[in-house]
Amino acid sequence: MTTDTARRPLSPPRTPGGEGRPRPRFSTGTATGLGVAVLYLSLIVLIPLAVVVWRSLDQGPGFFWRAVTTPDAWAALTLTVVASAIVALINLVMGTIIAWVLVRDRFPGKAVVDTIIDLPFALPTIVAGLVLLALYGPESPLGVNLAYTRAGVVLALLFVTLPFVIRTVQPVLLELDADVEQAAASLGASPFQIFRRIILPNLVPAMLSGTALAFTRAIAEFGSTVLISGNLPFKTQVAAVNLFSQIESDNTTGAAAISTVLLAVALAALLLLDLLQRWGNRRG
Amino acid sequence: MAIEVRDVTKSFGTTPVLRDVSVDVESGSLTALLGPSGGGKSTLLRVIAGLERPDIGTVHISGVDATRLSPQRRDVGFVFQHYAAFKHLTVFRNVAFGLEIRKRPKDEIRERVMELLELVHLEKLADRYPSQLSGGQRQRMALARALAVEPKVLLLDEPFGALDAQVRKELRTWLRRLHDEVHVTTVFVTHDQEEAIEVADTIVVLADGEVKQVGSPAEVYDHPVDPFVMRFLGPVTEIGGDLVRPHDIEISASPLDGGTPATIARVVRLGFEVRVEVEVDGQDGREAWVQVTRELADRLGLAPGDTVTLRPTPGARRLALSAV
Amino acid sequence: MARYGLRTLAVVYLLFLLVLPVILIIWRTFAGGLAPFAEALTSPSALHAFQVTVVVAGWAVVANTVFGIGVSLLLTRHSFPGKRLLNAFIDLPMAVSPVVVGLALILVYGRFAPVGGLLESWGFQVIFSTPGMVIATVFVSMPLVVRALVPVLEELGDEQEQAAHTLGASRLQSFLRITLPGIRWALGYGVVLCLARSLGEYGAVAVVSGRLVDQTQTLTLFVEERFQNFDQPAAFAAATALALVAVLTLLLTKLLRPKD
Repeated sequence: MTTDTARRPLSPPRTPGGEGRPRPRFSTGTATGLGVAVLYLSLIVLIPLAVVVWRSLDQGPGFFWRAVTTPDAWAALTLTVVASAIVALINLVMGTIIAWVLVRDRFPGKAVVDTIIDLPFALPTIVAGLVLLALYGPESPLGVNLAYTRAGVVLALLFVTLPFVIRTVQPVLLELDADVEQAAASLGASPFQIFRRIILPNLVPAMLSGTALAFTRAIAEFGSTVLISGNLPFKTQVAAVNLFSQIESDNTTGAAAISTVLLAVALAALLLLDLLQRWGNRRG
Repeated sequence: MAIEVRDVTKSFGTTPVLRDVSVDVESGSLTALLGPSGGGKSTLLRVIAGLERPDIGTVHISGVDATRLSPQRRDVGFVFQHYAAFKHLTVFRNVAFGLEIRKRPKDEIRERVMELLELVHLEKLADRYPSQLSGGQRQRMALARALAVEPKVLLLDEPFGALDAQVRKELRTWLRRLHDEVHVTTVFVTHDQEEAIEVADTIVVLADGEVKQVGSPAEVYDHPVDPFVMRFLGPVTEIGGDLVRPHDIEISASPLDGGTPATIARVVRLGFEVRVEVEVDGQDGREAWVQVTRELADRLGLAPGDTVTLRPTPGARRLALSAV
Repeated sequence: MARYGLRTLAVVYLLFLLVLPVILIIWRTFAGGLAPFAEALTSPSALHAFQVTVVVAGWAVVANTVFGIGVSLLLTRHSFPGKRLLNAFIDLPMAVSPVVVGLALILVYGRFAPVGGLLESWGFQVIFSTPGMVIATVFVSMPLVVRALVPVLEELGDEQEQAAHTLGASRLQSFLRITLPGIRWALGYGVVLCLARSLGEYGAVAVVSGRLVDQTQTLTLFVEERFQNFDQPAAFAAATALALVAVLTLLLTKLLRPKD
């Protein structure tokens, strides 16, 4: 509130390149609003998350390490990271192909396809798991039973992360200038060469952003894997499910340690995402 | 005085935009703030309206110190360059907005709004939405909206800046006539010297955040205080180290007392006006030009290669370039 | 040829991952006609779960709408130090696993935590009760309204608001008469997304609710509990109901989404 330089009657006129800093419009109203927002955010998000991290470390790094490396927790964490990486890669390829088809192809029913892409965002995760179990469970009409298998976990993660790559690549593809491709064609480039040398370089930042988002989501996923994984430690139990059972058995310090690992992985992925976006902006 | 601006200084971050600016605006006048873009004229207008706060200095409106008043209490009408039309309200509701805020009775609002819409020739479009209007119509709606609350002063920021040339010219004449009818003290910002000269009765020339000159259109055109103002307000050319208006130069085939010899390079006929481009002796190849009537050019038989003598007319305003 | 290949690949992938599973569960739910569906959804437990869901999602949406409008105005109409940080914090909940959210809230607001213990001594129970479920739901759906509003507020600019001020409108008047009508579609879009997320939240609510049947059980918890107890018809009926809400949400957002 005291940064309002208008209240300093004798502040000298500043010259360009001088040491003066931008004068923010920082009124009482701004301060009140900011205070309330920060309080709300702190009470609901920041303080609880900080307590989780603090709780995981307050008995020393040795305890943290032991909690994370108990056989079942370690198995769950590695399964989560590996499954998420596989899911991210499949999304990278399939998401880009679907985005391509939605932008460049024309066929009846395309608008419907475009709309249902967002269904995994709208559908409750527990319902997603149940729905997959109906088609790929013990009573599968296709005769494919993925229940209680790692493939089932991957399938559930693929379902909930479907929209990310598609929805980040689609707008970039829409804005690509057809002129550039025509210019490349007029210079003798084949369709494959045009894709490889002209289109792909423009899409890469968006493709990687979407993949990072999908990875982050997969790491954190809980609801959709509960039913289809059958919660088998060492086999199909993902980190969030393992974490859930630790909370249920009141092992809060161990749970806090796993949570901290999940938070760290998510933050690292988001940081990477931010870098990717800056890189994309610089090139765009 | 309707508006008194005293010693106003304003910076955005480290960039000074207004430096120690003082301006008086007489009641009932139509004043133009004229200057190149980035010269601080829009900021000055926004300071008067209360949309920006000066770092130093005061603003009085109708004798009341308004420096610390919020825009809503200043009783000013402000017309934005891009109209700031309320997109979700009809033309009628746009104009009625200020009156509704002031909780005037419905009948009074209706009457006043229709009166204003007639004044700006939009009475038939009262139920349209801004998106259904042309640029000029939106601008007139914005003007009616600002006038509806009977402001003490009317402030217009580049009012015709976003319009095409033809509509611009029409609205200029119309604004002048409107002001003669309504008589509200009006200040408008423009970077177009022709617009300022045609419409305003007082011109304030602002550049680099400073007031360069204040005066009637004739004063600032004919008696500019410095080469900058002279250049900004109209065409100039250079002869014998002086800055002169090209229509204030005598041209003769025979030598003149105190004249400067020159050679005609080109004769460009622009209808009634003829532009004679000359190479002046001793001016290192810097060309000058003289504006003459077609009749004079024909009578003197001016043609490229001719040698002529140039001399500023007795009443011409001359500014020595070397002095700057 | 390549074109048809890609098209087929995309359509088949979506068909088997997305469309067939959803259709199958709807088909199974209604295989015996509407009556079993209605019966499964009108059992006392189902009705109670429905009621809990509406209460929790309702409060969460109200809280996040008010917060969302306030924060987006802060981010677009004010400048202050730490703006980028605030902006980043708003997105944080998207990256946090729902189970971690639940644990975090238990560690602060649980009976044996300092804050939770204090509140409990005043007779205010947060965890295993509605307030905790509301806070958990608010946490996971926090960014949705803000992210829907910020681009529209930026696009709208503040000139109309300034014009309203010069015409004598107070801050509140200019917000109610100018800003709010300008952002109403985006606000609707954000609120629908927030509502869908709130109705469907499972993990965080599963942790903080204690999953007490007929007390803190929401519809999503009901689905899971019924399925684990081999009551497939009830689980499928509730899942189908939630899926239909999701489809409705999808159509609504399609309608409200700002066209570019």
